[in-house]
Amino acid sequence: MAETAATAGFVVDIAAEAAYQAEKRRLAWRKRILPLVAVIGLLLLWWLSVELFDIKPFIAPSPVSVIKILVAKFGMLMSNLLPTAIEAVCGFLLGNLAAAAIATAFVHKRTVEEAFFPIAVMINTIPVVAKAPILVLLLGNGMEPKIAIAALICFFPTLVNMVRGLQDVNPQAMELMRVLSATPREIFFKLRVPNSLPYMFSALKIAASTSVIGAIVGEWIGSTKGIGALIIQATYAFDTPLLYATIVVGSTFSALFFLVVSAIERRVIRWSPDRVR
Amino acid sequence: MSLAEDLHHTRPAAQSAPPAVVCDGVAVRFTTDRGTVNALDNICLSVPDGSFLALLGPSGCGKSTLLRVVADLVAPSAGTISVLGGAPEAARSNRDIGFVFQDSALLAWRSVIENVRLPLEVGGANGRAKGRGGNRSPEQLLALVGLSGWENAYPHELSGGMRQRVAIARALVNGPKLLMMDEPFGALDEITRDRLNEELLDIWANTGTTILFVTHSIYEAAFLAQQVLVLAARPGRVRELVPIDLPTPRRLELRETPEFVRIAGYLRRVLETC
Repeated sequence: MAETAATAGFVVDIAAEAAYQAEKRRLAWRKRILPLVAVIGLLLLWWLSVELFDIKPFIAPSPVSVIKILVAKFGMLMSNLLPTAIEAVCGFLLGNLAAAAIATAFVHKRTVEEAFFPIAVMINTIPVVAKAPILVLLLGNGMEPKIAIAALICFFPTLVNMVRGLQDVNPQAMELMRVLSATPREIFFKLRVPNSLPYMFSALKIAASTSVIGAIVGEWIGSTKGIGALIIQATYAFDTPLLYATIVVGSTFSALFFLVVSAIERRVIRWSPDRVR
Repeated sequence: MSLAEDLHHTRPAAQSAPPAVVCDGVAVRFTTDRGTVNALDNICLSVPDGSFLALLGPSGCGKSTLLRVVADLVAPSAGTISVLGGAPEAARSNRDIGFVFQDSALLAWRSVIENVRLPLEVGGANGRAKGRGGNRSPEQLLALVGLSGWENAYPHELSGGMRQRVAIARALVNGPKLLMMDEPFGALDEITRDRLNEELLDIWANTGTTILFVTHSIYEAAFLAQQVLVLAARPGRVRELVPIDLPTPRRLELRETPEFVRIAGYLRRVLETC
C-alpha cells in the first residue's frame, strides 16, 4: 500500500535537520524569554516612575516596597490565601458539577432545557456584585456564601459550553450510532460525553480564574479574613504596598489554578480537538 | 492487492438467493418551511443478493434518502420495503447492514483500532451479541483495507483516504450482508478515489456482501457496479436501471476500453434527461 508507507520519501540530511532543530529551539526560547523581558522592563519602568516623579507610597508604591511586604508578611498573606483558596476550589467543584449535571438533564429532556435555559440566562445577567449581598443574607457570614458565589460564577460558562458540547455531535456519527442500534446510554457515554470534553475544558479554564474572583468578591461583603477582606482592609488603611502584595498573591493563585486545569486538559484530551471530517 | 485475484471465481452464484432489497412503491415526503417535497416517489426496485448496485443521479434526486430508507434511518411515507427478507428494522437490529458515510464519521478520541471495534461495543446486550457475527477480527479488517500498522494512530493523523478505509473496516466488522455507502469517496482526490475504487471491488469479491453505492460520478458508477440505478430529481424517481455488462475482475485500465466509454456515454445521456 502506498499510503502505509507514508514515512517514505524522507532523505537523511543531518546538517539540515540539526539546523532545523536549532532554529526550533531558538524560537521556543524566544517565546519563553520575551514575555519575561517585558515583565522585567515594565517593573523597572514602574519603579523608575515612582522614584523620578516622587509619587506618594499610598497612591502607588514602588515595586521594591511591594516585594518587601511580600517577604515580611508572607505568613499573614498565606493564612489569608487559605480560606480564599478553599472557597474558590469548593465553588469551582460545586459549580461545575452542577453545570455538568444540569447540562446532562438538558440534553436528555428537551422540555427541561426549553423551560429552564432562559431562566439560567436571566440569572447570569445579574452582576456578581449584586448577587453577592443576596447570598450573604441567605447563607450567613461564613464560607458558604463565598463558595456559593464562586460556584455561581463558574456555573454558567460551563453549562453553556457543556450543552453545546453534548449536542454538537457530528450528525453522521449520530446516524452511525442509530444504524448500530445504540442505546441512549451508549450514545451519551460513547459519543456525547467524549465530544463535550474539549468544550468542557475551555469552560473549566475560564472557571479556574473566575472562581477566585467570585470568592474575593464574596469576601468583600462582611468578612474578616481572606484575600478579599485583606484588599478592603488595606485600601481603607491606605496600606497600598500591602494592597498590591495581596493582589499579587491572589492572581498568582489564580494563575496556578489555571495551569493545573490546563495540565489536566493535556492529559485527558490527546486527540486533536478539531472535529475530524 | 493480489489476494483478491484468486477469490473472484469462488463467488457463489447469486441468482439462487432471494433479493437483498425489495422496494415496492416507496415514497418519502418531507415538510419544511419552504413547503412539502417528494424526496422519493413510487420507487420499485429489486437488488439481487451479492450484487453491486450504484445509485446515480443529480443532487436532490433522493439517492441518499433511499439509502437511509433501506438502513432504517428514514421511515417511508408510503410503500413497502423488505431488506434481506424482513423489515429494515430487523436487518438493522440483527447487524446485517453496514453503513459508510461521506464524512468518515470516525470518533476523534478513539484510535483507529478502537474506531473499528465500536460496533462490537454498542447496541445493548442484544446488539453486541449479534455484532459478533463477523468472521474477521478488527485487525484482519484493517489488513484488508491496507492499514496494518496504523492500529494505534488517531484519526487526525490520517489522510482523508485512510480515514475512509477505517470507516469501511468499521462497517464490515459485524460481517454485514448488505453494505451501504453514501458517496464514500466524494471528498477525496481523484488518485486516491481511483485506488479505493479498485480496492472496494476486491473487498466486495472478498466478503460477498451486497453493496448499495451512492455516487454522482458516472465513471465511478460504471466502473464499480453491476447495475446502475439512475434517479431523476423532483420528485426523486427511477429513470432507468442500466446493467453494466463489463467483465470482472475489473482493473482501472478497463475505463480506457471502447466498451466502458460507450456505457459511460450512455449513462451520461440518461442523466441528461433527469
